[in-house]
Amino acid sequence: MLSELEQIEKNALAALNSTQDEAGLMEWHVAHLGRSAPIMRVFDKLGQLAKEERPMIGKRANEVKRALEAAEAERNGVLHQAALSRALQSERLDVTLPGRPVQHGRLHPSTQTLRKVYRIFAEMGFQVYRSRDVETDEYNFQLLNFPPHHPAREMQDSFYIAGDHAEDNALLLRTHTSPGQIRSMREYAATDPKNPPPVRIILPGMCYRYEQITARSEIQFNQVEGLAVGKGITFCDLKGTLSDFARRMYGAHVQIRFRAGHFPFTEPSAEMDIECFVCGGVGCPVCKRTGWLEILGCGMVHPIVLQNGGYDPRQYSGYAFGMGTERITMLAHRIEDIRNFWANDMRFLQQF
Amino acid sequence: MKVPLSWLKDFVEITLPIEELAHLLTMAGLEVEEITYIGLPMPEKGQRQETKITGFTWEPDKIVVGAIHEVMPHPNADRLVLCRLEDGLQEQIVLTGAPNLFPYKGIGPLPKPIMVAYAKEGAQIYDGHQAGQVLVTLKRAKIRGVESYSMACSEKELGISDEHSGIIFLDDDARPGMPLVDYMGDAVFDIAITPNIARDANILGVAREVSALTGQPLRPPSWDMITEGPPIEGSVAVEIREPELNPRFVVGLIEGIEIKPSPYKIQRRLRLAGMRPINNIVDATNYVMLEVGQPLHAFNYDALVKRVNGKTPTIITRRAIQNEKLTTLDDVERTLDDFSVMVCDTEGSLSIAGVMGGEETEVNDETTRILLEGAAWNYINIRRTLTKQKFSSEAGYRFSRGVHPEMAIRGVCRGLELMRQLSGGKIRQGLVDNYPLPAHDPVVEITTQDVERWLGISLSTLEMADILKRLEFDVEISDNKVKAKTPDHRMDIGEGVVGMADILEEIARIYGYERIPETRMSDELPPQRDNPYHDLEEHARDILVNLGLQEVVSYRMTSPEREARRFPLGTSIEHPSYIKLANAIVSERVVLRQSVLGSVLETVERNARLQPRLALFEIGPVFLPVENQLLPDEPRQLVIALSGSRTLPGWQPADTTPMDFFDIKGVIHAFLEGLHMPEMRCEPGEHPTYHPGKCACLWMDEKEIGVFGELHPLLREQLELPEAPVLAAELDLDAILAAIPQRYAVEGAPAFPPVLEDLAVVVDENVPADSVASLIKETGGKTVIAVRLFDVYRDEKIGAGKKSLAYSVTYQLTDRTLTDKEVAKIRQRIVRQLEQQLDAKLRS
Repeated sequence: MLSELEQIEKNALAALNSTQDEAGLMEWHVAHLGRSAPIMRVFDKLGQLAKEERPMIGKRANEVKRALEAAEAERNGVLHQAALSRALQSERLDVTLPGRPVQHGRLHPSTQTLRKVYRIFAEMGFQVYRSRDVETDEYNFQLLNFPPHHPAREMQDSFYIAGDHAEDNALLLRTHTSPGQIRSMREYAATDPKNPPPVRIILPGMCYRYEQITARSEIQFNQVEGLAVGKGITFCDLKGTLSDFARRMYGAHVQIRFRAGHFPFTEPSAEMDIECFVCGGVGCPVCKRTGWLEILGCGMVHPIVLQNGGYDPRQYSGYAFGMGTERITMLAHRIEDIRNFWANDMRFLQQF
Repeated sequence: MKVPLSWLKDFVEITLPIEELAHLLTMAGLEVEEITYIGLPMPEKGQRQETKITGFTWEPDKIVVGAIHEVMPHPNADRLVLCRLEDGLQEQIVLTGAPNLFPYKGIGPLPKPIMVAYAKEGAQIYDGHQAGQVLVTLKRAKIRGVESYSMACSEKELGISDEHSGIIFLDDDARPGMPLVDYMGDAVFDIAITPNIARDANILGVAREVSALTGQPLRPPSWDMITEGPPIEGSVAVEIREPELNPRFVVGLIEGIEIKPSPYKIQRRLRLAGMRPINNIVDATNYVMLEVGQPLHAFNYDALVKRVNGKTPTIITRRAIQNEKLTTLDDVERTLDDFSVMVCDTEGSLSIAGVMGGEETEVNDETTRILLEGAAWNYINIRRTLTKQKFSSEAGYRFSRGVHPEMAIRGVCRGLELMRQLSGGKIRQGLVDNYPLPAHDPVVEITTQDVERWLGISLSTLEMADILKRLEFDVEISDNKVKAKTPDHRMDIGEGVVGMADILEEIARIYGYERIPETRMSDELPPQRDNPYHDLEEHARDILVNLGLQEVVSYRMTSPEREARRFPLGTSIEHPSYIKLANAIVSERVVLRQSVLGSVLETVERNARLQPRLALFEIGPVFLPVENQLLPDEPRQLVIALSGSRTLPGWQPADTTPMDFFDIKGVIHAFLEGLHMPEMRCEPGEHPTYHPGKCACLWMDEKEIGVFGELHPLLREQLELPEAPVLAAELDLDAILAAIPQRYAVEGAPAFPPVLEDLAVVVDENVPADSVASLIKETGGKTVIAVRLFDVYRDEKIGAGKKSLAYSVTYQLTDRTLTDKEVAKIRQRIVRQLEQQLDAKLRS
């Protein structure tokens, strides 16, 4: 009997080793551990054995069964592993094939630039203030210290609105976002006319100039302007704030300079230049061979403008600055033709 | 404005290198846009430049002063001559075709040699025969049998001007052999003059800035003149009718002049400054204008006398009579408006004040007596006249920016004296000076605290006074205060607090912006305010972008024809009248838009054939006039457009069926849901832009807030768009953003399992799907938390005119698990309601 068990084990293990897959293993299981398997029949025959033989044979039969079960589990593991390897091998992809295309939305490049400007100034306490596109001569020019026929108006050729408007208060498309300076100051001052609160705002919006449409000039463009008014704001603050802005917008190590400029609504006025990031300052066509890029115009708010806004220039001071959104975007991406911005060709827009 | 360095040096010592001077001026607000080198050594190539540089250097040993002693005919060519020229070292034979030497041809040795600019073999000069400025090197060549290796130069060849009709005849002080660069090498600064520094639109003005910036003393020109003639009394009278427009009018008289060309130095300076030399008298007026900024006008005095038949002329300045005519010296008959000021005599008008002279009293070659006018005009008025007459001139440029009345008398004195020196005439003693409205030069008080408060720097009164003195202010110091009297050449300093800012700008400019430190604001922060108008618009943009849409931005100017293209041809539409531009620049941009859809459809047209799929939006204003309101309303619209393949084609199978009505409806739904908008009613719509059966209106309470659908097929054909449907939506963004709830409720994820059941019903074709879902929800109460349509099905088995709608219904309670029995009961109720109210049949 014992030798019979030895033989059963030996036969079964040999058969197990020749199984190649799950199906083979299943067949093996039926043949060697199934109900009518030789080892099972040994158990069936136990009762017929001599009483003294029974425990020993029984024990040995159990050992064989357990050994077979363990071997089966092991073989199962081996076969499964082999099958998995085969499968993984056969499922290998060409990972260089393109992914499924997803059309995602994008903001217009001008919106993206505006938001970048908002973000930087928001952290310095400037809030966005929006105002209208169609303006009066009064708000667009007169209250900003551009009297009628003033030479400075030549710098801002305007689109006028047809109609019978009073000659001294024609309607026009705003040439800059600065009318919002007056509108915002008046709104703030109205909350406490005797002691108007400080102002710190960013004025974005579409502006319009009567110009030929060329690669360099457009009839409409976004401007973003800033205004800070308070009781202790100085030219040093202007320089500090705008230099901080430039360092965040153009990089921490950008070279910055302020030179005297002229805007009727600021005094002193300045132009802020940064070192040309295209040529590193040695001169190239982008910077018109000057090594510097004109980035924004700025200055201390003119006393007349403060007064027109409801702020006493003997007590209050402030600064204002403005820049062209498209120009910033063009410089950043070396776009040569401003007409790309409103042409809305997806092949341009989808690069941002 | 073009400023020759040599001229500047007449009035101020300059020791700085040219480039550094340009930097200093640029930083102080006189932006040097270009430096043109006229012979002086140029900076080395590759060095860091701050200014655009043009021109070239005259090699000192190769370009020198030459003296022509004889002009001889060329043996083989009529149009060439040979010159015997001494170059300081030896005599040369120089071949030239310069017409201005022909009068000297063959007359033998010249009694007085002609001094010329002589370029030797190997010298680099501009090619006189090529357009533009092309550097060439002089090489030996045989021209018509005569060897040529050098030349006498024109201004063009030396880069002085584009004059090439003859060679330069230098003045007598030139010495043969002297390097030309030492004799007249120069550099010209092209300076952008902003309106606030109009006083610097002349050489003296720039010299004054240089003096203030460098500390070198200013050497102003002399205003004295040598008067050898009899007194002026009785020879002219001046009458001013409108002192506001003509505060001052000064005249002087010079007699016995000879009209001839000016010396070369005067001619050269005029050309370098961008003007053309005419003759000694006209040149003198222009020279003085460029030098000190006062435009002058020279009348032919005899012509004036002749007009009044030998009597004493009276000059009268007055407003023009409306439509008054005058032929100006450019031979144009001009029609004047009644605001323009005219210079007249008792017989009529002579010239347009400050703008241009008249033909009749113009200086000509026979003129011997000159009445020289120097006047002050109201600059605003001159500007109006220039704009109206569409005219520009050097004089008009200056008068329209403001010239101080004190300059009138200085200009006349300087002008007469220059004329005397150039023409040999005699100046009558005295001037006629009518000055009814004397200039007021503001006195401004400024304290050290003002400087600190505005500029943020601490300066002593001495430092402040020093800067102002350099700019020729008269200053008085007391305690912490400087009292500054505006010098009588500038009109840009205001009174009171405006004057304070004006003076502060001058202090900052001369002190140097670069020296002012940077600080971070320490001022009180303003109250921070809620800003829904802006924030929600940006939020809307973000949601739309997240939905896969590309933002576009269009021109806000359009034309009514362009806008009408959003309707099928022949549609008659009522719309408010357009806001029109008074001065449109292109014919397709003449009004402000009333529809963002018009703009967006243009974008669709442009891209439809280039892209497999379009999904875009624009947010922006339209412009609507409002009765009895000065300014138009500018409400914001949101327009969405979709067209083309549902998903982008790739290399694997994709859903490339064209997008349809339900795609845009899905986008709108997701957008409104993203904003947490309360649910909106969607009803069949009627709108000429859209397919009549595929158009819906969106309602919020009783207000229609948008329309969307598939573009009318006719319109798609008209716009020549591809076959695929174009879906569009026009939404009233202001109304939508205003309705966004401040807060919205949120519940935690349910703890108890939901029960999902399908429910398919057959209803009449005309029963809106919406009403079935609403009824299910309504009947189910709070237990039915979701109803989702998953199938719409039609076939014969169901019956004609019927449709099957299949819903997946989710039942759920928040506090416990639903039993099957409870669900069955609710379901039964729902089915009953559907049967009763909508005549629906349950499908098994």
